[in-house]
Parts: sequence; structure tokens; C-alpha cells
Amino acid sequence: MNELIWKRKDLLGLEDLSREEIEFILSTAESFKEVSSREIKKVPALRGKTVVNLFYEPSTRTRVSFEVAAKRLSADVINIATETSSVKKGETLIDTGRNIEALKADIIVMRHNYSGAAAMLARHVNLSVVNAGDGWHEHPTQALLDIFTLKEKLGKIEGIKVSIIGDIAHSRVARSNIWGLTKLGAKVTVCAPKMLIPPGIEEMGAQVTDDVDEALHNADAVNVLRMQFERDESNAFPQQLEYFKNYGITEERLEKAKKNIVIMHPGPINRGIEMSSEVADGANSVILEQVTNGIAVRMSVLFLVAQANEHIKKDETAD
Amino acid sequence: MKLLIKSGRVIDPANKLDEVCDILIESGKISKVAKNIKAAADKTIDAAGKIVLPGLVDMHVHLREPGREDKETVSSGTKAALKGGVTSVLAMPNTNPAMDSTENIKLLQKIIKDSAKADVFICGAITKGRLGQELSDIKALKKQGAVAISDDGASVDSDKLMEEALKLSRDEGLILISHAEDKALSNKGVVNLGLTSTRLGLKGISKESEYKRVARDVELAEKLKSPIHIAHVSCKESVEIIAKAKKRGAKVTCETAPHYFSLTEEAVLNYDTNMKMNPPLRGKEDLEAIRQGLKNGTIDAIASDHAPHTENEKDIEFERAEFGVTGLETELAVAITELVDTGLLSLSGLAEKMSLNPAKILKINKGTLSVGAPADLVIVDPDKEWLVEKSAFVSKSKNSPFLQRTLKGVVEYTIKNGIHC
Amino acid sequence: MKEKAKILDSEALNRSLMRIAHEILEKNKGTAELCLIGIRNRGVYLAQRLAECIKKIEGQDVPVGALDITLYRDDLTMISQQPVVHKTEISFGIDDKFVILVDDVLYTGRTIRAALDALIDFGRPKAIQLAVLVDRGHRELPVRADFVGKNIPTAKNETVEVRLKETDGQDEVVIVSKDE
Repeated sequence: MNELIWKRKDLLGLEDLSREEIEFILSTAESFKEVSSREIKKVPALRGKTVVNLFYEPSTRTRVSFEVAAKRLSADVINIATETSSVKKGETLIDTGRNIEALKADIIVMRHNYSGAAAMLARHVNLSVVNAGDGWHEHPTQALLDIFTLKEKLGKIEGIKVSIIGDIAHSRVARSNIWGLTKLGAKVTVCAPKMLIPPGIEEMGAQVTDDVDEALHNADAVNVLRMQFERDESNAFPQQLEYFKNYGITEERLEKAKKNIVIMHPGPINRGIEMSSEVADGANSVILEQVTNGIAVRMSVLFLVAQANEHIKKDETAD
Repeated sequence: MKLLIKSGRVIDPANKLDEVCDILIESGKISKVAKNIKAAADKTIDAAGKIVLPGLVDMHVHLREPGREDKETVSSGTKAALKGGVTSVLAMPNTNPAMDSTENIKLLQKIIKDSAKADVFICGAITKGRLGQELSDIKALKKQGAVAISDDGASVDSDKLMEEALKLSRDEGLILISHAEDKALSNKGVVNLGLTSTRLGLKGISKESEYKRVARDVELAEKLKSPIHIAHVSCKESVEIIAKAKKRGAKVTCETAPHYFSLTEEAVLNYDTNMKMNPPLRGKEDLEAIRQGLKNGTIDAIASDHAPHTENEKDIEFERAEFGVTGLETELAVAITELVDTGLLSLSGLAEKMSLNPAKILKINKGTLSVGAPADLVIVDPDKEWLVEKSAFVSKSKNSPFLQRTLKGVVEYTIKNGIHC
Repeated sequence: MKEKAKILDSEALNRSLMRIAHEILEKNKGTAELCLIGIRNRGVYLAQRLAECIKKIEGQDVPVGALDITLYRDDLTMISQQPVVHKTEISFGIDDKFVILVDDVLYTGRTIRAALDALIDFGRPKAIQLAVLVDRGHRELPVRADFVGKNIPTAKNETVEVRLKETDGQDEVVIVSKDE
């Protein structure tokens, strides 16, 4: 009998996960990738299950990716966006969660603007909670699909050098990537203007630089984050053009980097700010493959949490 | 009415007393402290194996009344105090209305008269509405009965206004209690700035925002030769600044709260909103500095910073949840568990921090078991353990950071003015 | 767990496979439009071996695929171990083919039901036939094998273990009884 590797009803972040758990999600995702290559891109694994996409922040791509993933598993999908829900009438997150539970849904996929919201919801409901991004905290499925793509491109994660460039301080994608990559043995460097590097990054296992050429030097891959100028309350960010001049990834900069460096971006891209169009559309860019892989990774996550939760419920009734 | 307490280990640092003896109480006052008192009493309490301490004086309590009676009232808060062995509290002025005028203090005094179960002393507001714009009539506040002034919850940002306030409090003989926080530096943070804030993806509150303001306030007070008391010290640098000032002879005192010597920022890592307070839980070296500060006398007092909040205000997203934790019912046991049991403080040292020193700082006739003093005392079983459970709180609010912790030290009797409450 | 009896040894097992190969060829009149799809895990190795047998007999290569039916199971929550999702690898089209579905043991019929569902998602074969090494009875669904290595009547508290060189180091089939 094999040991249960995945026992969690929720996926809240990569910080809590072991290397084995991350690898298990990724290897399961490999099997799911095949499903999307079929003529009939659908398996009945979650037939009769209901997945609720609960999005408190506008997000098209993550929501659509989860929706496609759930549908390819034959689950029913309900989308709740903040504009149409009762959130604005002042219902608490816990009440919302309990109401969704009363609808007999099985999985809540939640995007929330407050860090820790997914963890709080998961503590208060018995159904599965998948964190689709909470504040600046974590965005585990994005990091998993980034790592999945890197593994596909480079053959391994152990020992590879990955640089994450952009607003690290306010990035859940950066945090999840740092946890995931370092757990799997990659060497991670983060690169940003000093004011966008939060304290304690080294203790999380990443190296820090504010020199983009240094970050590109010798890197096997670079993950370029979206600059969220629209969120800059304090107007402390550098100007867009200045940012592009100092940190934007261009073909000239890449001349000094490894020839087959992998270029990633979680999207949506600000062309001409984080990277030039030539780079975004160039031979080293895997940005669209990331989108494809996102489906496989999310299918894997939805399947595993649903399965684990069935086991948890079964054990409870057995007691 | 005569009450005789037999064979307890009596701890009274004011009289340098720590021995097993009896206490006789008559007409609400201590009438005799001696071995083998033979007197006919109306009631005798056998305190063998127990310790007898002066009733605790908690100089930092938010009773929430008037204004937020859903969180706490003078009645429920003082009931909670007695349960925790606290017989006197200083009510902080951030009520609605704030305690910034004679009228408002009168309003609170009426509520106290009608419903308080323990002694409630009033802290007036330094500025009108605690807005840091215009000084309250500090002289009038004192005349009406305030024993201290503070804008707690907010700091007086203006140096000039702070100087004025310190002069007035000095001249009036009122202690000024400083909530040391530069809000420009704490920048809407919710947890300690550092690895923890980064891991959690939350805005951080730097230690700088606290200790820079401590440094400013100490400097101003020193210059004006005014006494000053620094509230809820949470970090190493603040302790160091205060230690140096004391060495120079500045009239500075300070307090810390039980959570700062028992918990670190690690406790916040699962977004437990009961671990959210201001200043925030800090790092291990800060906790150690606080403990050493208590041991070496840099920190004069322990106060709960009892800050009750309803579940609605705590059972929400971390960033939206209110700052603050309750503390009246757990502070003595936390102190026994974390400070006495670990050998950091003697029982006598504990009574100084939690009873004698706060009474001295506030210049109130409390905190001793001297003959003739009001018979406020607490009888504690120092070895008995108990589990902190939500259902057992008598405070209206249950937002304790110690829920489900096992603590040592059970309050068996709280006696107020000679009457067992 | 107690091993009760050895049903097939290495030689007997290979003889059975060779016989099944002959039967497949006979029934389908050669290798035209024929393909083998094994059900993970041991069915895949049995399918490969049947392909080798067919090659020996006819000199023709028959395409072999691997089918993982985890996502089609109806008992995900009832089994105590974690079903690990493996890749399905069918590199050829199955439209209008004669598909021989291969598994090690036919028991309740539920695995085959899931496999049929999965196969249908890949195309529309002309026919699907089922080959199993062992049929142990106790069917819960109307499923019947077209080719059987050996029929073994068993009790419900027994299990039939098919061991193969590729997965277990040796070829044999044994009956194991669960301790009461």
C-alpha cells in the first residue's frame, strides 16, 4: 500500500507544503496535461462536484484557467464576482463561505485582496479551499505552473538558477515561487529597486540584487512580474519609462544572458514596461505555454483536494 | 465586619515582607499583619499553601464605556478585573466621548459610581478628542479627578504640543502616559515589520516607529524635568533607550504587557487575529529584552492593555480586524507562568510590577498591605494549572491571545475593601 | 496476508499468453486494424507481451497503448490507498480499429467499465474486445471477457495477485487470502 502523499483538503500556499507534496502535484499535473491534448478534453473525475470561483478581485485569466480546469474534470462551475455578490452589502467572508457550503458545493477557488483570507475561510468551512491569490501573500497555483513549465523546459528544478524580477514587495507570485523553487532545490535571486524588496527575503532562501544585469547573468530562467502601477498608493514606484530603462527585459540585455534562458511572465504583460514586445514574443518566451500548463496544474490541484476531502469526510463518518 | 486570613504566604514589597503570616481586616482596612493572630473574626479564610498579594493595579485598561458598551462596560470590565485579581484599574480615555473634559469625566464617574465592581481611576485625554491638535484643559481634568493623562491609541505628533502637555502635567502633578508610535513610520502596518510581515504578505510596523517616539518623548520629558510613563513597551530598542534615560536620572517609568514577554511574532503566522495588537508582537530578541528589562528594573510595571473587541471585529480578515487583546483575566497567571516559574522574578518582584509600582506611578493609595491601607488583596494558588477557555471569560469579549493555553496560578479570592468579591 | 496457492508459474503464464495471441488473431482474422491497449499498471506489460507473441506468430507489429483509468473510476473515495494519476499514452488513433483491451485480473467489472468510458473518449473503434490473464468471478456489472488465460474460482476474502517480471521480478499468479 502506498502512503497517502496528498492529505490536504485545501491548497493555501506553498510555504506549508513539503517537497514531496509539491512534486506529487506536479507529477499528477503531467498526467492531466495529456487530457488537454485529446480530441475530447474531458474526464469524469469530478463529475457531480461543484466548484465555486469566488473572486473578490477582478481577474480574468486565473478565473478562466480554473474554470477550464474544473470543466475538463466534469465539475460544475459557478462564478461569483464581487460586483454581483452580497459582499458589498457587508456579508462577512465566513458567512459567504458557509452559504456556499450550504449550497453543497465541494470546492471554493478564492481570489481575495486580503492576505490570509483563504486560510481564514478554510478554517471555517469543511469544503475544500484553493487559494487563487490572497493579497500579497501567496498564489500557489501560479508558482506551481511556473515550476511545471520550468521543469518541462529545463528537465529539472534541482540546481537551476531562477531570477524573479519586479515588485517583490507586493507580489504573491514572487512569494509562492520563492517557497516552491527553493524547496525543490533551485537557486532563486530576486531583483528589484531596493524599495520594492521586502525585509527577510534572504531568510526565505533567496538572494537579492537591484542590478538586473546581475540577475540575468548565468540565470537559467527569469520570471518577470507585472508592475502594478495602478496599486501604488504612495506614488513611491519609479516612473514607468524609468523602470523599463533600468529593469525592463530587452533583447540587448539578453545578449549577455545564457542563450537559451527561459523567459516567463504570469501575465497580463505591460509591454514596454516589464519587457519589450520582442522579448515577450521571442523564441525564449514560454508565456503562452505557462497558460496551457496552468490548466493541467489546476486540474491536478482540484482533483487532489477533492479526493483528499472525500477521504477526510469518510474517516469522520467511520469514527 | 472582621475578616481574618490565616497562614498565607504574604507578599508585600512595600514593607519588604515575604513570609507566612495572618492578616486581620477591619472595616475595610488592614488592621494587623502578624503571625498567629488570635482574634474573633466574622469570617476566616484558610490561606495555607497560598500566596497573598496586594490587589493588582492595572494601569492600562480599556473599559470601552461610554461609547462601545457592546465590547465592554465598566461593570463587565471590573468584574473581569476582580476575576483576574485586579482591584484597581486605570481606564484609558479613548472612549466615546473621549475623557477630554470635566463633563465627560463626570459622565464616566457617574457610570463608575453606579456599576463598577473594582476601583476605577480615570486617565484624561491629553488633547481634545485625542486628535493631537489642541490640548485639553489638563488642570480641569485633574481637578475633576483624573490621575493621569494620555492620548493612548494615538501619540501626540507635534513636539510643541507634547512639550506643553509635559509642562502642564508636571505642574499639575499628573503623570503623562505616552503611547509611543510615529504613525508616519508605522504606516498602516498590522504585524511586526520583518520576515513575518513578508511571509504573511502584510504591511509591517517597524520597531523604529515605536522607539524613535520613545526617544523623543523621553528627551522632551528630560529637558522639562517632567515625569513621563511609556506605555506598552514592546521592543529591545525602547528598553535600551529607557534604561539609559533612567541611568541619567530622568523621571521616566514604563510598562509592558503580558503578551510582550510571553509571545513572539511567530504566533501570528496562521493569521490568528487574537494575536493582532498595537504595538505588534515582536521578535525573539525583543521578548528577551523585555524579560531582562523586567528583571533588572528598567521596566517598572506590567499592565494588561486590556482591549476587548467583539467577535464580529475579530473574526474577519486579518487586515480588517481590530488591534488589541483582552488581558485582565489572564495577566497574573501569564506573569506567574512566564516570569515567576522561570525564575526571572520573585513573587515580591511580581507584586512590585503588578501592584506597588503602578500605584506609585499613579500616586494612588494602593498596592500595599500596610496597616491602615485599604484591604485590597488577592489570594492565589501559585501552583494550580488551568486551561484558558473562551467560555470561562466574564469580560464581554473573548479576544485573548492565550486561548487554549495552560497557565499556572489560580486566583482563589479577590478581596476588595475587606469584602470577598 | 497468506499465500494460498500458486495458480500459474512462469511457463504456464507464457503459454496462456501465446494461446490468447492465437485466439485474438483467429477471431480478428489477422493483424489488420488491430491494436492492443493495456490498463495500467500490469495490463500494459501484458499487452506488450501479447504484441510480442503476435509478432512471433504473424511477423507483424501491432500498436500498443497504455490507458490510465484513475479519472474514470467510480470508487475514488472507497479505496484506502491514494490512486495516483498516471499518463494515458495512446499514440495512434482508435477510430475504426479493433481494440483489444488488456488487463491482468477481471473481478467486479468496474475497472473495465471505466476503461470503456475512457476509450470512447478517444474515438470510435469498430469493436472493443477484452483479454484478461485471470477471471476470478464475482462480477458486479454485465461484463464478459473475450479471451481468458485462466478461470479461477475464488472466495471474496481472497485476492489474485498477478506478478510480472517487469513489475515484480518474476512471472507467477498466486491466490492470497486475507487474514480474518
